Amino acid sequence: MFFFLFSFDSLICILLGISFTVWFTLLLVFIIVPAIFGVSLGIRKLYMKTLLKIFKWATLRIERGAKEKNHLLYKPYTNGIIAKEPMSLEEEIREIRRSVSSKDLSSPEFEMSDIFYFCRKGVESIMDDEVTKRFSPEELESWNLLTRSNYNFQHISLRLTVLWGLGLLIRYCFLLPLRVTLAFTGVGLLVVGTTMVGILPNGRFKNFLSEKVHLMCYRICVRALTAIITYHDSENKPKNGGICVANHTSPIDVIILASDGCYAMVGQVHGGLMGIIQRSMVKACPHIWFERSEVKDRNLVAKRLSDHVEDKTKLPILIFPEGTCINNTSVMMFKKGSFEIGTTMYPVAIKYDPRFGDAFWNSSKFGMVSYLLRMMSSWAIVCSVWYLPPVTREEGEDAVQFANRVKSAIARQGGLVDLLWDGGLKREKVKGTFKEEQQKLYSKMLVGNPEDRSRS
Amino acid sequence: MGSRASTLLRDEEIEEIKKETGFSHSQITRLYSRFTSLDKGENGTLCREDFQRIPELAINPLGDRIINAFFPEGEDQVNFRGFMRTLAHFRPIDDPEKNKDPNVSEPLNSRNNKLLFAFRLYDLDKDDKISRDELLQVLRMMVGVNISDDQLGSIADRTIQEADQDGDSSISFTEFIKVLEKVDVEQKMSIRFLH
Repeated sequence: MFFFLFSFDSLICILLGISFTVWFTLLLVFIIVPAIFGVSLGIRKLYMKTLLKIFKWATLRIERGAKEKNHLLYKPYTNGIIAKEPMSLEEEIREIRRSVSSKDLSSPEFEMSDIFYFCRKGVESIMDDEVTKRFSPEELESWNLLTRSNYNFQHISLRLTVLWGLGLLIRYCFLLPLRVTLAFTGVGLLVVGTTMVGILPNGRFKNFLSEKVHLMCYRICVRALTAIITYHDSENKPKNGGICVANHTSPIDVIILASDGCYAMVGQVHGGLMGIIQRSMVKACPHIWFERSEVKDRNLVAKRLSDHVEDKTKLPILIFPEGTCINNTSVMMFKKGSFEIGTTMYPVAIKYDPRFGDAFWNSSKFGMVSYLLRMMSSWAIVCSVWYLPPVTREEGEDAVQFANRVKSAIARQGGLVDLLWDGGLKREKVKGTFKEEQQKLYSKMLVGNPEDRSRS
Repeated sequence: MGSRASTLLRDEEIEEIKKETGFSHSQITRLYSRFTSLDKGENGTLCREDFQRIPELAINPLGDRIINAFFPEGEDQVNFRGFMRTLAHFRPIDDPEKNKDPNVSEPLNSRNNKLLFAFRLYDLDKDDKISRDELLQVLRMMVGVNISDDQLGSIADRTIQEADQDGDSSISFTEFIKVLEKVDVEQKMSIRFLH
């Protein structure tokens, strides 16, 4: 009896050992080696096509289930739920006054009906506003077998539940461990590789090696997320001495861009694992890391950025001017800091396909680790990257106008809504100056333009 | 987290709200999804801060008055029924022929009720009269610091003079209706759904 248990034990050990070796070899051959050489075996594209077919089937099944039970399906609409008039304050109030009386409309005065304008605008924004919905994940029209994005629970049949369960098993028991292993490999190689390259004296060879090490490790990380990326217009890739600006949806943006080109990163110095990575990266090639106290000093930040871009041997800087993560349906206000430096800007538009996994990081709801776990247990991250032609500031254009111009170009290319609102509204209250602007506009309708021009 | 609109709102509730407010099934589910996304505390009710978090409402000069309209007397929380009841005022007016039941009380989105909503925005102390003081306060909210007290005062005086018919130096609801009898209330105080 005892002997039987003993050999059973060792049998398990042998089996585990063999499966581990097999698994790791497969990993090496199919994933890590192609990553090192920048070659793709096409496995991920095939995976993506299969998944799409399954999702379509799942959605049809839900729709059929709903029709049978004669229920209404909840279908999210991305363009808003109410009709809004794009008229200005003046035009709308004049419209209201027109129906009241036939008095001369251009003379400034007050009408009790003016309140209707503010009333309706206010309730419209309660029903549906442009800003708050940018800080939560985009709603999908078809179901992608993830519980996180399902709104029609009661219409699921047995077959669909089985499929979902199978999907759960595959994602958590096969894909997740695979990806975590890859992630650790990628990060580990990055730290070790950059430290080793750092030993070399500065020069062309060091830059060359550093580039290779960085690219290799980022490519492994890309595979760790099963990210399927399509790069467009690579002839516009950022060059040394420039600043690359992109819209921000998640920390993964960095990995996506850095696996196709080398950039100098900008950020705050962190402690822990991030700190180790930062310190080793900076040994191989110059990145810009700020202490927490230095971040508030805008002049210092601007000076360090300018110094970096003036040195043409240094890599282009990667900056996300929105300053926070937005849910990839819109582009919000670009902070003007990086646009004041006066060098070539290389805009990049990143658009994620939400059907395979929502990449948006809701930092008020999830910490970094739980976010990464969610990413690694989704199906895949599919995105498109467009390199837009480089731009420089024109004559007579100030930093804010320049920033808005670049923002519109990125929004247009990525198919995103171009908003003037500040991404900081995710956490902060809106500034009082906006309300004052509205009040000033309305006052003009009551008393006309003030005779003396006030300085604001 | 996505919204679980259809799962958390029972069919019976949707029917009751439909009867009370006149919104369609899909409009109610959509507005419920909106309600839950505003409800940061996830306790099924909204407080004033939840409304003030909407930037476009926060910059509206009458934002606070509008938010007040949602909260019944003395309460600080509004549930979904109350939310819908207030929003129902902004539903477009129905075709009069469609209203077959003569026993149903005046719908929430009738012309009268829309005007009452606007009247209550002016009537700060809820005494069914708009006094000169109240009118001044509301005007001050709408214009900020851009107009002097004197000018604003004369605007208020003129408005009350034109509207007041019974000579009590304040505007009652009937007088309010008379002043606005030509305004296209149906169009200006209605919000159309896209679907």
